[in-house]
Amino acid sequence: MSVLQEISPNVRNMIQLESTVLAIRARQIKEELRQKVRKPYKEVIDVSWGDPHRAGVKPLSFVRQVLSACLYPQLLNSDTLPVDVRQRAQTLLAGCDAGSVGSYTAAAGISEIVCRVSEFITRRDGGVPSYPEHIFISPGSQWALTSILNVLVNSEASPRTGVLTPVPCYSTATLSIMGLGADIVPYYLSEEQGWELQVEELHRALDSAKGACNPVALYVINPGNPTGHVQSRKSMQEVIRLVAEKRLFLLADEVYQDCVYGENSEFVSYKRVLAEMGPPLSDTVELASFHSASKGIMGECGLRGGYVELVNLDPAVMKYIYKLFSTYSCAPVLGQIALDLMMNPPQPGDPSYPLYSEETQHIRSTLAHNVKRVFEVVNSLPCFCCQPVEGGAFAFPRLHLPHKAIEKAKEMGMQPDMFYCVRLLEDAGVLVSPGQDLGQKEDTYHIRFCIMTSEDTMEEALRRLSSFQTQFMKVFS
Amino acid sequence: MNHGTALLWKRRALSSLSATRRGLPKEKMSENGVSSRAKVLTIDTMNPTVKKVEYAVRGPIVQRALELERELSQGMKKPFVEVIKANIGDAHAMGQQPITFFRQVLALCSYPELLNDTTFPEDAKSRARRILQSCGGYSMGSYSASQGIESVRQDVARYIERRDDGVPCDPDDIYLTTGASDGIVTVLKLLVCGEGAARTGVMISIPQYPLYSAALAELSAVQINYYLNEETCWSMDISELQRALDEARRHCNPRALCIINPGNPTGQVQSRQCIEDVIRFAAKERLFLMADEVYQDNVYADSCKFHSFKKVLFDMGPEYSNTVELVSFHSTSKCYMGECGFRGGYMEIINMDDEVKAQLTKLVSVRLCPPVPGQALMDLVVNPPQTGEPSYDKFIKERTATLSALAEKATLTEQVLNTVQGISCNPVQGAMYSFPRITIPEKAIKEATDNGQQPDMFYCMKLLEETGICLVPGSGFGQKDGTYHFRMTILPPKDKLTILLNKVKEFHQKFTQQYS
Repeated sequence: MSVLQEISPNVRNMIQLESTVLAIRARQIKEELRQKVRKPYKEVIDVSWGDPHRAGVKPLSFVRQVLSACLYPQLLNSDTLPVDVRQRAQTLLAGCDAGSVGSYTAAAGISEIVCRVSEFITRRDGGVPSYPEHIFISPGSQWALTSILNVLVNSEASPRTGVLTPVPCYSTATLSIMGLGADIVPYYLSEEQGWELQVEELHRALDSAKGACNPVALYVINPGNPTGHVQSRKSMQEVIRLVAEKRLFLLADEVYQDCVYGENSEFVSYKRVLAEMGPPLSDTVELASFHSASKGIMGECGLRGGYVELVNLDPAVMKYIYKLFSTYSCAPVLGQIALDLMMNPPQPGDPSYPLYSEETQHIRSTLAHNVKRVFEVVNSLPCFCCQPVEGGAFAFPRLHLPHKAIEKAKEMGMQPDMFYCVRLLEDAGVLVSPGQDLGQKEDTYHIRFCIMTSEDTMEEALRRLSSFQTQFMKVFS
Repeated sequence: MNHGTALLWKRRALSSLSATRRGLPKEKMSENGVSSRAKVLTIDTMNPTVKKVEYAVRGPIVQRALELERELSQGMKKPFVEVIKANIGDAHAMGQQPITFFRQVLALCSYPELLNDTTFPEDAKSRARRILQSCGGYSMGSYSASQGIESVRQDVARYIERRDDGVPCDPDDIYLTTGASDGIVTVLKLLVCGEGAARTGVMISIPQYPLYSAALAELSAVQINYYLNEETCWSMDISELQRALDEARRHCNPRALCIINPGNPTGQVQSRQCIEDVIRFAAKERLFLMADEVYQDNVYADSCKFHSFKKVLFDMGPEYSNTVELVSFHSTSKCYMGECGFRGGYMEIINMDDEVKAQLTKLVSVRLCPPVPGQALMDLVVNPPQTGEPSYDKFIKERTATLSALAEKATLTEQVLNTVQGISCNPVQGAMYSFPRITIPEKAIKEATDNGQQPDMFYCMKLLEETGICLVPGSGFGQKDGTYHFRMTILPPKDKLTILLNKVKEFHQKFTQQYS
């Protein structure tokens, strides 16, 4: 018997994801395809993660050129790379100890980069000041989120610490919260209203938590994952008033701020809305805002570059946060550089600008096109409907599964949307995530798939999805 | 003045204005106690365990060193012209050169257009192609599987097999991590549980690398100290392990034993016999072994050799090799690569129960995946150029130069420090640090204690202010009561190191004189 037979209940209680099961099966199918086993498709289309490069979106040339020069500074001595790439690499290397991306950096990140992140935030927010001392660069936004949650959550507390979390919500966030020994206090987003956050629902959720746990924070994702909803200013103001009134810490996950497609949608940061509401709210509401180089047009998920900006925090607490970050040394340097390049892209007049502009325009129009196609196609299929995807990386359409399908799923010991995903993978070679992993209202079923893909990948995925859906409904109605 | 400083000044100027000015940080108001509204997150409401986290390597003395650097750059006069950060095991920062082949492959992976560039060698190109094949969308920008890229894990397994003379390694037992620290903390998260007297206890050497104490504090685990023996070159004594364990059993549930070999900060390389004894001890007492082996290539003393815990375990036969649960950690930050900024690492899990492994897999999935460039780098470390390949000669030359320079510096450090009356330095057998014992005069101890400071922190702060040399006081690592040490890296280039060591010598003599 293992010494480790007994493990932390916080770890044990983290839910096992169905997506993991699907991913394992997908790997097997890929192997079977390699062994030339006959299937109705030649390859598996994986749209289960918010991973643009995996789904066919190309990295930006400027970004990769700068990274290559930082990695191998010999490239600075030749004309292989454009002059502005070389200049940028030189500036970045000057911020690294002894000019190497292999050196550790300051715990919160390379100070010149942190300053530029701060300047970016100020520009983005129409001049609202941002302070480098309140910014921590981390290996991806998830790391920063877990760290801030770690400071908020007292796993020994009784009653337990609670975190208000949206339903649906991407699974990594909910697992982090559970893993730290906090309770999830779910608040349901309104599917019929395009997945809007309604403040009355927040009140209801808080009431439901009375006596059960002690809510300390409200976690919002804007633009939403998986919903793609972009919050209105009015809604954000209501949230801010609520957290002030109910004394909650506001965690704003804003990693998709650069992915907005809806014609009537506009991203505005929680920080900006807070600042515009003026004192006393603007001086008192405690806010953590998260961003990342993984999403947006760059899609550099694998480089692990993200940051958190902390607003209105107690300076004594900030000291501990700094210490916490320092035990992990620092974020990967290439991730820090990716973040910097995201915030300071080539400008008109720079040699790299034309290509940069072309590539980013192409990606943006592809995404806008994908979003439109998804809406059209999914809403034209039987028993399938999708709210407009205003932003973010995913579509989260609803399946109105026929009774027979639900029964069959029960027979097989699966949730109905998992059953659907399994069949979709086996029969059509498309890997998506089942709604049960993300949370949904009881007796509703959804799937989530990435829309940050190449145009070809999206068309093929939709084609397969359409014929599968049609066939599936025939079989089970 | 750099931009950060400019912003700092602007903020200070603004804070003297009305405190209700929009978007202003609340520092000034809180200091005056004029706060009109208590914060949600305060030192009283925050997670109490986070307050216990200390990490001396980047602690207060480093903060002061950074301040001094800023003051120097602003033209302030000091008794020194530069701050030398000999506090952190950062080889590149101290001038060590990266391995050319590794950087070439990574540049090619980063910007595959360079595969058409004739200045890159063919073997670098074929490595890059192979790595990119295993990345989603042929890009290092894709997430990898949480456990790490499969082909990299396979290469790591093969490396371990070669290293351990054929002892089998299953790629499924390999987890790639964000530096070794990530792996260490993840495993600790898995095994810390229980309440009160049943709370998990974890044995760690004193002195230790303070990531362990920080992680144990944060997880509210019980830290069980076992003392390494300074008189016998920091060796491990089974009787000392037994003493520590028996004592700990009275108030907690000891479940794991951590060893750092080669040692940090002590630099000792444990003998094969010692490792066998530890394994026997762990088997008898049913302890999970955590072997931090990140310095496995950093062995300098002729009389020493790195023995992996896994190899020794398997050599002891099935009674042990089938039962003792062990995890071994490695990293791309040390050895001859010194690529700290990549945050690359792996852990190998041996004899872990499948159910527990499933929990571990769940735990690692939460942080999505380790940085892909770090995974690619690890692939190259375990799979370097082979004889006959175009890059082989240069690779061997660079690796040998780096390791022999370190060996030279290890000897130099020990020699110079041992010429100082009141400093006694054990041989630096491996790793990257010296951890000499210093005699601090009574008067200095008193002054320190009166100021609420550890005596060795007092000593190191004075050293910093007078010479610009930043070291880490032994109190940050743990030491026997009444003894004092500092940890100094052996990383600066030889000529600089010589100057450094002589400055330390001078300072010590002056300090001893001053406080006699």
